[in-house]
Amino acid sequence: MGKELKVQLEGILENQSLARAIAAAYAAEMDPTLDELTEIKTAVSEAFSNAAIHGYGESGTDSVRKPVYMEFSVIAPETIMIKIKDEGAGIEDIAKAMEPLFTTDTGRNRSGMGFTVMESFTDKLKVDSEPGKGTTVTMIKKLDTYYGF
Amino acid sequence: MEIIFDITGRTLVAELFGELDHHAAETARKKVDDALDNYGVNNLVLDFSNVSFMDSSGIGMVLGRYRKMGETDGKVAIASCSKTMRNILNMAGVFSVIDYYDTKEEAVAGLSRKEVS
Repeated sequence: MGKELKVQLEGILENQSLARAIAAAYAAEMDPTLDELTEIKTAVSEAFSNAAIHGYGESGTDSVRKPVYMEFSVIAPETIMIKIKDEGAGIEDIAKAMEPLFTTDTGRNRSGMGFTVMESFTDKLKVDSEPGKGTTVTMIKKLDTYYGF
Repeated sequence: MEIIFDITGRTLVAELFGELDHHAAETARKKVDDALDNYGVNNLVLDFSNVSFMDSSGIGMVLGRYRKMGETDGKVAIASCSKTMRNILNMAGVFSVIDYYDTKEEAVAGLSRKEVS
């Protein structure tokens, strides 16, 4: 549908709010409801923090650039596709990673609910990953905002 | 993330301001834990009325404080979340162990009633 946005951000948690602000700005063009906008922001926030935390690790002592790529497109009327891609650690067992409450965090501060939130707030979620290569999360969100005026 | 603390009786009320994501949750956790250690209260109310955004990091932040309070038999209550925030907390079953109130005042009253009974 010709309206694409590609963004590259450094994969650090500081950029998490910028990532969801960009998602909100893109989605706002399509006149979503406030709830839909919040759901899109939340799903993108989760995907971005996964990329920053799990894809690249939190230590971040090296100076190597660790990009997270975000792609937004309108694939059908009122339908947005969002891809969030990192070139980090990748996921060994995707099904396990997507289980509610599953987390690799041993410090008990993470809930393991990231993928569950993404799944609940979008209409379709696909995760492609290869250990050592990185992870791509693809989300499709339909907006039910057409009131037919 | 900014937090304003207020003590009513033996309850610490933490009023959170801003957006709660994984980045902000780390400072929020530390601030709340420091306040709990400093004030030696029995109960904790987390007031979300001025939180404009929350993702799943909020679950970890809430459940972490629940565990910490549990060590001393303290109680935690949540006040004033948006619909989406309640939805997220519900996904992890937070409200099966933590009570929800519409306002922080009701939460404080609810917790002190529990103490008496």
